[in-house]
Amino acid sequence: MRRRAEVLTVLFFFVIVVSLFPLGVGPEIQTLRLIAPGVLWVAALLASMLSLDRLFSADYTDGTLEQMLLAAQPLSVLVLSKILSHWLVSGLPLVLISPVLGMQLGMDLDGIGVLVLSLALGTPVLSLIGAVGAGLTLGVRGGGVLLSLLVLPLYIPVLIFGAGAVEATVSGLGAQGHLSLLAAFLILALMLAPWGAATALKISLD
Amino acid sequence: MLEAADLQCVRGDRMLFDRVVFSVHPGELLHIRGANGSGKTTLLRMVCGLVQPAAGEIRWRGQNIGKLGDEYHRELLYLGHLPGIKAELTALENLQFACAVGGRSVETQFAVDALRKMGLKGREDLPSKVLSQGQQRRVALARLLVSKAPLWVLDEPFTALDVKAVAMLQDVLAEHIVAGGAVLLTTHQEFTLNSGVQRVLQLGG
Repeated sequence: MRRRAEVLTVLFFFVIVVSLFPLGVGPEIQTLRLIAPGVLWVAALLASMLSLDRLFSADYTDGTLEQMLLAAQPLSVLVLSKILSHWLVSGLPLVLISPVLGMQLGMDLDGIGVLVLSLALGTPVLSLIGAVGAGLTLGVRGGGVLLSLLVLPLYIPVLIFGAGAVEATVSGLGAQGHLSLLAAFLILALMLAPWGAATALKISLD
Repeated sequence: MLEAADLQCVRGDRMLFDRVVFSVHPGELLHIRGANGSGKTTLLRMVCGLVQPAAGEIRWRGQNIGKLGDEYHRELLYLGHLPGIKAELTALENLQFACAVGGRSVETQFAVDALRKMGLKGREDLPSKVLSQGQQRRVALARLLVSKAPLWVLDEPFTALDVKAVAMLQDVLAEHIVAGGAVLLTTHQEFTLNSGVQRVLQLGG
């Protein structure tokens, strides 16, 4: 783990964004509890998105990316392992620290449990979808903005069902439906995104 | 072994070259020459499969390289302009990673010997970002010593090398050719190998 700075950057961003809300919205606990699922999910989504352009850009600049395109292993396998390590650095820390932030916003234990589960299912999907966007915008000037534009519309369903799962638990409706759908997104993304990102990389390096 | 038929390259709205035909057989080195901007690097990248030609086909042992995919990659070693090494890894780790990506593992001692032969003795365990550009180039070139790939595609391999290293690289290329491999390279430097067949392809005449 020679790049500890990357983990800390994502974590700090997540913590700071979430901590700003009680300051901006007021410490009224009922309000905070109401907005907590959405706030936590949006913050996790933004934190994950901010680290996306680092997924391939370093390898692109030093030439190791084109060596990966010439690897003896299928590119989608290599891309999947890169996405996995990206998630370990930028998604898993969010999942692990979310209980603390949930308590800060006044959520109860059930809500926090579903929050952790929804983030655990949803953040890999964000990394997978983001990888396709990162592959397409590699080396493009102003790529960060373009990446957000490409990737946010696809993130919205994940956000809706992720935050929705927590809200459903808090209001007593039960989150099975939402979580199952998130799991389905994950499986779909696992099947399609590595191949999509590999194709995007081949186009970008043409 | 490697054949290219009627290759055409279009970059933006300029056609760099058209109807380029060449072939490379075992034991041959093909030196691709041309002015700056004549498409030499693009041609090499086409041979690797990184760039799709606007027209024409490249065949490896009779089969289109697009169809061969990863099998072709196993027989190919490409060194481009970028060093292709990660700054955070040591020279030794970079070499081991490059071999793994090429589909084979390499014993540590063999890798260390290769680095030593490239003049990096004592620097194998330093993070590559503290190496000079010439030294980073040597780490990349060390892959030539541990590779079993028959086809080497090298883009300006003599860049940033001192006189001794240039001579050593020429010996490495000659050994590879004599052993039945093939090399495709571009360079602005004049060089001759002391053994093996050397041919020239001129682009943009």
